[in-house]
Amino acid sequence: MLKVKDLHVYYGGIHALQGVDMIVPEGKIVTLIGANGAGKSTTLRTITGLVKPKSGSIEFMGQPIVGKPTLEIVKTGVTLVPEGRQVFPNLTVLENIRLGAYARKDKAGIKKDIEWVYELFPRLKEREWQMAGTLSGGEQQMLAVGRALMSRPKLLMMDEPSLGLAPLLVQDIFNIIKFIHEQGMTILLIEQNAHAALKIADYGYVIETGRVVLEGKGSELVENEAIQKAYLGG
Amino acid sequence: MGRGKLFCLYDIGLGDEKMTINFFMENLANGVSLGSLYALIAIGYTMVYGILRLINFAHGDLLMVAAYAVFFMIAAMVPWWIAAILAVVITAIVGVLIEKAAYRPLRNSPRISVLISAIGVSFLIENLGLVVFSGVPRAVYRPEIFDKSVSMGGITTSSLTFYIIGATVILLLALVYLLNKTKTGMAMRALAISFDTASLMAINVNRIVSFTFAIGSSLAAFGGIMWALKYPQINPLMGVFPGLKCFVAAVLGGIGNVTGAVIGGFILGIVEIMAIAIFPSLAGYRDAFAFIILILILLFKPTGIMGEKMTEKV
Ligand SMILES: Nc1ncnc2c1ncn2[C@@H]1O[C@H](COP(=O)(O)OP(=O)(O)O)[C@@H](O)[C@H]1O
Ligand SMILES: [Mg+2]
Repeated sequence: MLKVKDLHVYYGGIHALQGVDMIVPEGKIVTLIGANGAGKSTTLRTITGLVKPKSGSIEFMGQPIVGKPTLEIVKTGVTLVPEGRQVFPNLTVLENIRLGAYARKDKAGIKKDIEWVYELFPRLKEREWQMAGTLSGGEQQMLAVGRALMSRPKLLMMDEPSLGLAPLLVQDIFNIIKFIHEQGMTILLIEQNAHAALKIADYGYVIETGRVVLEGKGSELVENEAIQKAYLGG
Repeated sequence: MGRGKLFCLYDIGLGDEKMTINFFMENLANGVSLGSLYALIAIGYTMVYGILRLINFAHGDLLMVAAYAVFFMIAAMVPWWIAAILAVVITAIVGVLIEKAAYRPLRNSPRISVLISAIGVSFLIENLGLVVFSGVPRAVYRPEIFDKSVSMGGITTSSLTFYIIGATVILLLALVYLLNKTKTGMAMRALAISFDTASLMAINVNRIVSFTFAIGSSLAAFGGIMWALKYPQINPLMGVFPGLKCFVAAVLGGIGNVTGAVIGGFILGIVEIMAIAIFPSLAGYRDAFAFIILILILLFKPTGIMGEKMTEKV
């Protein structure tokens, strides 16, 4: 579904991605793990067109998407739950959810999907009219995921959804990711919480200073000694 | 006129209390109508600042563009109300073009570059005005319906005062509806937080920025046209002082906050008129009040009346 080939990204003089190759097959959960500053967020931001690569190719459903504006890429079915959630604090919960469906015209479908998001996250329904900025961190994360789902994406990318959440909530978030995946969603997940991510992932990539240094099935990577040392505190 | 009356009252020993109240009310109405104009113009500053974190110094000059557009169309025998509508459209287009030409190419440049560009555009428009329209002030035709004298509750004032206040109320209600009840308004509020996150919602950022300039410029055009009716002498630099004062009004209300800009505009208009009415000897300092207020605000509450701390935008 998504093919990334030899991706190079620069921030001014910083060579942030130094030839990233990656494949996300349809219907799978793929995770990208790595230390802080390795280039995980940059990879996702480049896929959504927020950052322009210097070279390399990105193909989504067989179509090249490098160079397209973000709004076109989102319309083709890619969505990103950005790092730090980035809900719109000055908008109500419902408005945030509605914004996720900004490009859609099917009113009835939007209404149904709002109900679906509320079923997924009942706490959001209770807080429908609250400003998003007044939500707790966990609720904001739910809102960010719900908002992303409203675009009816084919590929859902999440940038560290568990960051800064209490352990109990982290488990909630991973359960939700699993649940959404079971509904047929393809997922590309970035995590620092490598153990939890690899456990639910079909496939994993380990990225270090802008390069993929290791890849394999999720179940294999969890067992991998080097990974255990570097990321799993083993 | 009112000023003399107050002197008279004091001279004759403040005998007639009813007169004093009428005098107060007349000036208040005048202050509210001037405040209306300030409010309409201040909104443009605050909306542009809200999404681009930029003081659009060329905004005040749009008053002049609108006033001259009306002037020339009326001179060409276009009915005044059609001229007014067309002038609003023209001004909106000019506002949108300014953003496209002078601000958009600099969107990822340091803030100071955009600010200098804004000052440059302002000078350009003013000097183009001087060259094309010449510096000679022109008299704007004032349709009769604005020239009637109206008595209401014992006060007598020009019908224009009421038309200005009425038109402003309608425009403000329309703006509140647009911002809070429409999808585009929602997108505008989202853009004020982050362009990146907004574009992840498949919002066409450039289109919404253009739309914001169109709205802000239209309101400035309404302000400019009514300004030209209220003070029917126009010249190419007529936008400079109102522009600066409305910038002050926006800062007073809390820049970036639309409600704040409206409140700031009304406060400024009322203070300016009432201060001179009560202390006629201050008339010569009329344009100074705004800047005294600006200094006080910057000293004691830099975020303004409604303002929260503005975060750096990413
Ligand atoms: N906007 C930016 N400007 C300059 N450098 C950046 C920017 N964003 C990220 N970087 C740099 O690029 C590298 C990769 O960052 P990032 O993709 O955010 O890593 P990760 O998400 O894996 O923590 C880091 O060295 C970071 O400092
Ligand atoms: Mg990151």
